[in-house]
Amino acid sequence: MFRFLSSITSFFVFFVVSIAIAGEHFVPITSYRTGPYGVSGAPAANGYVDYLKMINARDGGVAGVKLAWEECETAYKPDRFVECYERLKNKGEAGATVFQPLGTGLTYSVIDRLAADKIPLITMGYGRTDASDGSVFPWVFPLMANYWSISTAKIKFIGEQEGGMDNLKGLKIANVYHDSAYGKETLPVLLKQAEKYGFELKGFPVAHPGLDQKATWLNVRRYKPDYVILRGWGVMNQTSIKEAARQRIPANKLVGVIWSCSELDTVPAGKAAIGYNCSSLINPGSDYKVFDDILKYVYDAGEGTGEREEVGNQQNYKMGVLMGIMTVESINKATEKYGNKPMSGEQVRWGIENLDLNEARLKEMGIEGFIPAFKVSCSDHEGSAPVKFQTWNGKAFEPASDWISTDQSIVRPLIEASAAGYAKEKGITPGCNG
Amino acid sequence: MFYREAGQFKTSYKKDQAILPIFQDKIAMVGMLLFCFVVIPMFATDYWLTSILVPFLALSLAALGLNVLTGYAGQISLGTAAFMAVGAFAAFNLQVRVPEIPFLVAFLWGGLCAAGVGILFGLPSLRIKGFYLAVATLAAQFFIEWLFTHFDWFTNYSTSGVITAPPMTLLGMAIDNPLSKYFLVLSIVVICAFLIRNLIRSEIGRSWMAVRDMDIAAEAIGINLMKTKLLAFGVSSFLCGLSGALWAYVVLGTVEPQAFDIARSFEILFMVVIGGLGSVSGAFLGAGFMILLPILLNNLGALITGGTISTETIAHIEYMVFGALIIFFLIVEPNGLARLWQTGKEKLRLWPFPY
Amino acid sequence: MDWWFFLEVFVGGLLSGVMYSLVALGFVLIFKASGVFNFAQGAMVLFAALTFVRLLEMGIPMLAAVGITMVIMVILAIAIERIVLRPLVNQDLIILFMATIGLNYFIEGMAQLVWDSKVHVLDLGIDEYDAFEIGEAFINKFDVYAALIAGGLVLVLSLFFRYTVIGRALRAVADDHQAALSVGIPLRTIWIYVWSTAGLVALVAGAVWGSKLGVQFAISSVALKAIPVLIIGGFTSIPGAILGGLIVGCGEKLAEVYLGGFVGGAIENWFPYMLALLVLMIRPEGIFGEKIIERV
Repeated sequence: MFRFLSSITSFFVFFVVSIAIAGEHFVPITSYRTGPYGVSGAPAANGYVDYLKMINARDGGVAGVKLAWEECETAYKPDRFVECYERLKNKGEAGATVFQPLGTGLTYSVIDRLAADKIPLITMGYGRTDASDGSVFPWVFPLMANYWSISTAKIKFIGEQEGGMDNLKGLKIANVYHDSAYGKETLPVLLKQAEKYGFELKGFPVAHPGLDQKATWLNVRRYKPDYVILRGWGVMNQTSIKEAARQRIPANKLVGVIWSCSELDTVPAGKAAIGYNCSSLINPGSDYKVFDDILKYVYDAGEGTGEREEVGNQQNYKMGVLMGIMTVESINKATEKYGNKPMSGEQVRWGIENLDLNEARLKEMGIEGFIPAFKVSCSDHEGSAPVKFQTWNGKAFEPASDWISTDQSIVRPLIEASAAGYAKEKGITPGCNG
Repeated sequence: MFYREAGQFKTSYKKDQAILPIFQDKIAMVGMLLFCFVVIPMFATDYWLTSILVPFLALSLAALGLNVLTGYAGQISLGTAAFMAVGAFAAFNLQVRVPEIPFLVAFLWGGLCAAGVGILFGLPSLRIKGFYLAVATLAAQFFIEWLFTHFDWFTNYSTSGVITAPPMTLLGMAIDNPLSKYFLVLSIVVICAFLIRNLIRSEIGRSWMAVRDMDIAAEAIGINLMKTKLLAFGVSSFLCGLSGALWAYVVLGTVEPQAFDIARSFEILFMVVIGGLGSVSGAFLGAGFMILLPILLNNLGALITGGTISTETIAHIEYMVFGALIIFFLIVEPNGLARLWQTGKEKLRLWPFPY
Repeated sequence: MDWWFFLEVFVGGLLSGVMYSLVALGFVLIFKASGVFNFAQGAMVLFAALTFVRLLEMGIPMLAAVGITMVIMVILAIAIERIVLRPLVNQDLIILFMATIGLNYFIEGMAQLVWDSKVHVLDLGIDEYDAFEIGEAFINKFDVYAALIAGGLVLVLSLFFRYTVIGRALRAVADDHQAALSVGIPLRTIWIYVWSTAGLVALVAGAVWGSKLGVQFAISSVALKAIPVLIIGGFTSIPGAILGGLIVGCGEKLAEVYLGGFVGGAIENWFPYMLALLVLMIRPEGIFGEKIIERV
């Protein structure tokens, strides 16, 4: 009886809502505002939605066609993400344009469906690393930098701090990571770099969720590392920063990944986080035209999704805006080839694969300096963008380095080997069809 | 008026021992099977098949397993998800290392491994019972989750720690579209449900219920507690392992150990309690309830508010409604939805007379 | 063998353990008086901590905030007794347990709906990074203060149970509901007292944990760590909660530091449970618990 009622209701919901969004590019927003990672996911979703609203208000949409979107709560669970994906994939006149799961486990759960559904996935800075090889993964785009690339940038940053990559020899680096698939992912590439540059590496897993890390950090202190790489996620990050301080490990010897690099991690850690360095895909600071535009066109009109103070000042929010930028740019590029009408997933896939965000275009969009220039191609679904490092001064993040390029000579062979393995397992013939 | 047994005589022991002795029940069962196998595939959309029906069936299998353990044998278990994980990883490991093996055999193997692990973690039940046993199963839950995260052998040394299920082919047909997946899961679940229903009615089932009601008395009349309890753990874990393998292969396609965390164990426990402890149909009712409720609330929320209330608020309200409903059900009908259904059937037997 | 390091791990573990006991205390109180294992204790810790920190953020002075939060917790206790406990009075153990799980979801959702789900920094005015230096070992000051607070609370509660009228009434109720009723002890009022006290304990635990971790959703998962504490110490004993906490905290840290390396580390999640399992096999009622008598 219950099921009957709910099926009737759902039917009406789908019917009503699908009618409402014809004639627009449909952007599905699979956010997580609740659950253990809701504090990170909510500002990102706000940023994404705000950017889309701004484009509609300021530019009238993309190529004359407005953007439509719908949020679906995943609570960071793969099965709910799959449900959101299935529910939203055919919405809108041409279907969903692109999904951005913002979670690695979530990405994996739909990779096998993308080819059949003809919908691309953008996984900036996370997801399936070997998808950087577009010839095996035509529908997945780990844009800008993937886990392994960022790892090489981190070692370069440490090298910079030490005055040169040769000075890495003999150093002891501790890798404190979240004990999960995500956390373990960079171990192979770190070990390869340890071999290449001659430093010693030791891994220290932290049991999920990482509320109590005293024992781990006691172990780290016993190891007496010169640097500690922090690869956490969620509540683990701030606890790690605090424990490091308790163990008298100076904050500037901590180097965090991009997912350990937000105000949510440093503010609760208080003064322990001052001097903490971490990597980021975007430049710190809020002085960019894009944020002014969001304030002007969205917040001043009373349509702001989150809080005004977040705009441009919060890392996760800015990442959300970046997600919006990627989506909109991809749709824009697709309209160049396919015309000014609502774009489908397949067309947007072409758009992403042919993205060329050079300096001129960035300036046009009002985001020069916010992100580096990069270009996507079929074989390089990543774009090999350089990575920035920022340091926390107690109130905000400031730049700690210039844009550091990633070492593709180490990363690329690993990616190609892994992708080839996947292709063999699944019986895919790699190839770039364009 | 329609649902009476008047005029139906059992003329042999065999007829008396049938699973569905009343003729109307037989018709209802055939009708329901026809509905599931024929009507639903004709009308259901892809979305319904992949996101609602298939997960529902997979989880109801796990709920069935837990019902066997907790509902019929009275051993509280909070480690259901761990046994599901064992099933998934065991099936995956077998297929990856011996690629020629048909996936159904891999599923069976997954179930058997899970049964083994279940028996192992069920050993404490010989000494402790009730809530303390639940804690022992929690130990299983955390330990197994850690085991699969830590030892790369289980994930076949994949760099990301996520296992991808190999493609499934049965008799030359690939099982990769929603419809074929639905039939596969439906068939497995229907077979298991019938098997369990029969098992419950047998001597083993009765000894389980005796142990549940008062194990000391059961021992006094000669039931071997060790064998009975461990058998319950074994059978239950087999079903959970099978469910886990289905979850990994059919529902998600890939799985990491975190998919089988403690939240999943609690989810299945809710299904069993809300559906009704100690009934086969209760597992299905409970699973349906738990799967459909969040989706219904999500959709209702979107419909009523049209996007003015954030998804976050809706998710919080979902939590609250969830908790409130659980308490409500426990107060109103502690024996779950199955009991409500049963009461309905009893009333139906007398209809249109009031008593 | 590096003795200073061992001392640091050991003492650090003990102090951690005391923090776990703080949460376990709430469970013990409720189990002692109503025989219910209150799974919602974690959510109550979250709710109390969120209320407290939000009141502080609104500018209310600390003592007043404590008072207001206590009042809110008492109201919550009354509501729980009326809506959840009273209708389920004679049901099985598992039904009551399930009801508290439902309650857990409800309170978690409510706490975040009313107050929001961001991370809030709670500053109790104690410096978290200062440490006593004994030889080469650092003993964190904050942990010591937290331990003192918890110890103080335990002492007060133990004295309360032993020497006051209400305390005796609580013990009577824990022993036998029927007998207590027949002597004239008002069961319902006692339950409200107990749940309110548990609320107070939740507030203290929430304040301490919140100050350590920042007040956020993840705090409610601390409740899961409290379960082995209860098993080891016994469900019905307050000193047992402390002892159990010490054993769990200490054991966990020592195992992680000295054994963890051999098996790959991160064993903190399941080690306490395995320890609890061991205790269960040897002494099912826990170290200080009452012997379980079953009537056939």
